[in-house]
Amino acid sequence: MAAAREAAVPFDVERIRADFPALARRVNGRPLAYLDSAASAQQPAAVIEAVADYARSHHANVHRGVHTLSQEATALFEGAREKARRFVNAASVAEIVFVRGTTEAINLVAQSWGRAGLAAGDEIVVTQLEHHSNIVPWQLLAGQTGARLKVAPIDGRGVVDFDAYLGLLGPRTRLVALAHVSNALGTVLPVTQFLAAARDRGIVTVVDGAQAVPHLPVDVRALGCDFYAFSAHKMYGPTGIGVLYGREALLAAMPPWQGGGDMILTVSFSGSTWNHLPHRFEAGTPNIGGAVGLGAAIDYLAAVDPARLAAHEQDLLDYASAKLAAIPGLTLVGTAPDKCSLVSFTVEAVHPHDLGTVLDARGVAVRTGHHCAMPVMEHFGLPATTRASFGLYNTRAEIDLLHDALEDAIRMLR
Amino acid sequence: MDLADLYRDVIVDHNRSPRNRGRLPGACCHAEGNNPLCGDRLQLDVELDGDRIRDLRFEGSGCAISTASASLMSEAVKGRSRAEAAELSAAVHRMLTGQQEDAARLGKLAALAGVREFPARVKCATLAWHTLNAALAGGAAPVTTE
Repeated sequence: MAAAREAAVPFDVERIRADFPALARRVNGRPLAYLDSAASAQQPAAVIEAVADYARSHHANVHRGVHTLSQEATALFEGAREKARRFVNAASVAEIVFVRGTTEAINLVAQSWGRAGLAAGDEIVVTQLEHHSNIVPWQLLAGQTGARLKVAPIDGRGVVDFDAYLGLLGPRTRLVALAHVSNALGTVLPVTQFLAAARDRGIVTVVDGAQAVPHLPVDVRALGCDFYAFSAHKMYGPTGIGVLYGREALLAAMPPWQGGGDMILTVSFSGSTWNHLPHRFEAGTPNIGGAVGLGAAIDYLAAVDPARLAAHEQDLLDYASAKLAAIPGLTLVGTAPDKCSLVSFTVEAVHPHDLGTVLDARGVAVRTGHHCAMPVMEHFGLPATTRASFGLYNTRAEIDLLHDALEDAIRMLR
Repeated sequence: MDLADLYRDVIVDHNRSPRNRGRLPGACCHAEGNNPLCGDRLQLDVELDGDRIRDLRFEGSGCAISTASASLMSEAVKGRSRAEAAELSAAVHRMLTGQQEDAARLGKLAALAGVREFPARVKCATLAWHTLNAALAGGAAPVTTE
């Protein structure tokens, strides 16, 4: 079969690396080993060039002018929206709201849908492995409405307890918000199962897809979620731009979130009327260049075979997990059977912050700290971990550099 | 960027075997310091004898730089007056932030000088000293530790 033969062709990581200018640089005299893509991924030349070309030749404000540049900018901006629609398989571009990123997307749902829809005593369910951006907006909303926040616990591997989750879904549960992939532990949640349980009970669902979109194909209709949020910069695009997918029936009933230009049809001092979807939720001049960059990142990812990408990233994860676990005193934090593209760990008697500095001196970029997931750190009784995360451009050789630098750090500091 | 300049022998030694670790129940001055960026936490108890620091102890979790800085500090300020400790703290800040400072006159504390080449780590080194300043500022009136 042609498909099987194609899948057998090795993933050409060197060709991909050549697309990313930052990967060619040196850091502290060493070749850069960039293992921090879960914080922010590097950008391919195609993204950098698309953003620059927009700024050089097509920049103007969108949705306004009749002049050529404004029409070009609008076409590029709305073209990026159509790319985002296809990327997550939304039914309509009316369901694709451009935002600053995942954080703003979740805040938008909380402040628009949540404030209009929740009453005192209603319940919001999240999981214990959420990023702060999928906890704090709900805490704020709970404070404003009198709703209560409930938390589905994780076990010692970082797997969310599905039975406990089901037990939390009660008659007052109005909203479930959960990560597709954990940024601190790498756990891939079986979201289809979690979402189905909520949907069966008529509960609105929000998925934080920030860590999923660079690694997994996402189909919002197959998942069956009401809202799905993601950021461009985790998927090889620029910072400051992201998407809130919202099911049209829900978005259409939601009040505006921010007021201003572009989100209105008419304004008078006796009252204003709201623009159509999705513009009703996009007050003010948007990040046009960012949207163009997101569109280019989507095009870049679309050219990569998803099965080969998954096999490559799984290989990196397996290789790194085995290689690091063999270091005496190193403990992997997050050992769920279904994981994605990152290893979080501690080293006995060596603080993550010191590891981070020693690794940086060797050109190896990792993240150290609580990863904006303090409840996860508390669960494992840790102040911080070191996290190495992988993107499509990483190699086994970079994991070898990480391994050797860790051994150096331990020799130096323990 | 020379790691050996950051993790000097004195720093590594004080991290492995911190001096004056623990608590002083009933001490007159106490402060808690934390560095939310890296999750470091420090509890500092100071016992005064009139205007002089008779004893001090610290406890908490932190990286090698913050632990060594607290340990070195605990040795350096013991027996000093509050004004002398404050002046020493200011001198360490000047050294860590690259201002004119004769590191040699700081004795063992000069081992922290390498930190200034690592801007992301300066806060690790200053945590203990900020906490000391806080403990001494609140120390005019004795505070209970509980």
